[in-house]
Amino acid sequence: MMAYFAALDPMNFLRALPGNAAQGLIWGIMALGVYITFRILDFADLTVDGTLATGGAVAVMLIQGGMHPAAALIFSTAAGMAGGLATGILHTAFGIPGILSGILTQISLYSVNLRIMGKANQSIGIGQKGLVASIRFVSADDSYLFFLKLILICLVLVAVVYWMFGTEIGSAIRATGCNEQMARAQGINTNMTKVLALMISNGLVGLSGGVYAQYQGSADVNSGRGAIVIGLAAVIISEVIFGKLCAGKKIAFAYTLSAVFAGAILYYAAYALVLWLKMPSDYMKLFSAMVVAVFLAIPYLKERYAVKRRRN
Amino acid sequence: MAYMLELRNLHKTFNRGTINEKAALNGVELQLNPGDFVTIIGGNGAGKSTTLNAIAGVWPIDQGAITVNGVEITNLSEHKRASYLGRVFQDPMTGTAATMSIEENMAIAARRGERRGLGWGITKKERKMFQEQLRELDLGLEERLSSKVGLLSGGQRQAITLLMAALKEPKLLLLDEHTAALDPKTAAKVLELSDKIIEEHHLTAMMVTHNMKDAIAHGNRLVMMHEGRIIYDVDGETKKKLKVADLLNKFEEASGGEFANDRMMLAN
Repeated sequence: MMAYFAALDPMNFLRALPGNAAQGLIWGIMALGVYITFRILDFADLTVDGTLATGGAVAVMLIQGGMHPAAALIFSTAAGMAGGLATGILHTAFGIPGILSGILTQISLYSVNLRIMGKANQSIGIGQKGLVASIRFVSADDSYLFFLKLILICLVLVAVVYWMFGTEIGSAIRATGCNEQMARAQGINTNMTKVLALMISNGLVGLSGGVYAQYQGSADVNSGRGAIVIGLAAVIISEVIFGKLCAGKKIAFAYTLSAVFAGAILYYAAYALVLWLKMPSDYMKLFSAMVVAVFLAIPYLKERYAVKRRRN
Repeated sequence: MAYMLELRNLHKTFNRGTINEKAALNGVELQLNPGDFVTIIGGNGAGKSTTLNAIAGVWPIDQGAITVNGVEITNLSEHKRASYLGRVFQDPMTGTAATMSIEENMAIAARRGERRGLGWGITKKERKMFQEQLRELDLGLEERLSSKVGLLSGGQRQAITLLMAALKEPKLLLLDEHTAALDPKTAAKVLELSDKIIEEHHLTAMMVTHNMKDAIAHGNRLVMMHEGRIIYDVDGETKKKLKVADLLNKFEEASGGEFANDRMMLAN
């Protein structure tokens, strides 16, 4: 036991943190997409696991072909939106239940991603110019510039999503997610709003996949496996920890969206912590699932406990 | 003069071909003149709410035609018909979006039947207008524009749903037992408000109710439904002179006594 603790070097954990923060910010973009479907539209969208890998595959192949990395991200986003469109059509036009629609698209995308890349894994040279994000920036001397840029990108995305859901169309999407019957009675085409929300959400997921592929220097057909769970973890951690802080503010919604990024960073910090505690990395997916289960259970159990206490 | 609403031979059977098959509408015929306010009564399963849902387009009907102000809407989807209709539901939760604020709910209703674009979801001018309208309700809601509707009482939510239904001056207002889930005092207030809104905007309206006294006291016309058909239709002076006992007799007459159970329920 003593030997176990003696072998833990706090510096190792601290050294891992900047990389985890960068990863948290990048995956936070995906979590922002998950927030849109899971919380605003009230739709558990499993397309994410597919579109994240698609975004990466598209970015890497285009960069290999000579496209500027930033421009490639536009196509990553578009590819993600196409995935969301597919799920939306399966659900609204063909009446397939939401979760199953997402699974069908996700599985199809596995083949599509293999086709895009030609094999299971493709990389871009580590010296590639113009990368939006890269793991080598984290340890560079001017790493603070990289983090500043990354945070700025995330804040711009928060602003865009904030604006989008304040518009007439955005309000219609929110109404659809909250009360479909009311939305239709007020003349909202709920099929259209659902498809639109799925497209916006998966566009962000594709963008996140593109940035992450650049960060890692490669895209992998399996990179999206379990992504939805990480996205949910970020959303739920942000709600449990920052929920009260965000409520009642003038632009509460913008705070809530920003908190999703904080949630993603916290998730990766916890991830780093359990790795540092020498948990075998094979167990990490189990860890992710447990984080989501626990954080979903907390509000529920708290409520039940409170009811019990009121009764006594 | 053209009718504001014309229902021709509406038929609807649910769960056709199964053990739960139910012929809910059996040839409903009804014509409403502009400004008519008709109350609809009948026992459970008579087809009252089903008729309103057929007009609103919740599901397609099997047979028949629905015309609003000369426009046939029989085959229009629910959200497209919404531009002609204002709707208030039995469950106060149904008519509003709980996680959105009062003003956001009203702004959504203010765009019923219009194209929704990338303009901001609510304008300053609208906010002011909503505040004025809420003040008239006298429920203190004019100071709570940005409160989430989910925090309000059932009566407050129904009052807001009524305002929302009337915002775009619908051709037809559909009230589906909209006071049934409220306590008697609140129900009376919401009914009074309904009368006021219908009169102010000169709306044509249909109100389903289980309460025979309300059905007699409100509106200029009364219809009774039984087994998916309209079996009694009165208006004008005849309706004004109606008594609850008359309606009960009508029920008995129509059903050959099988209303014994419904009668208990309707009498209160």
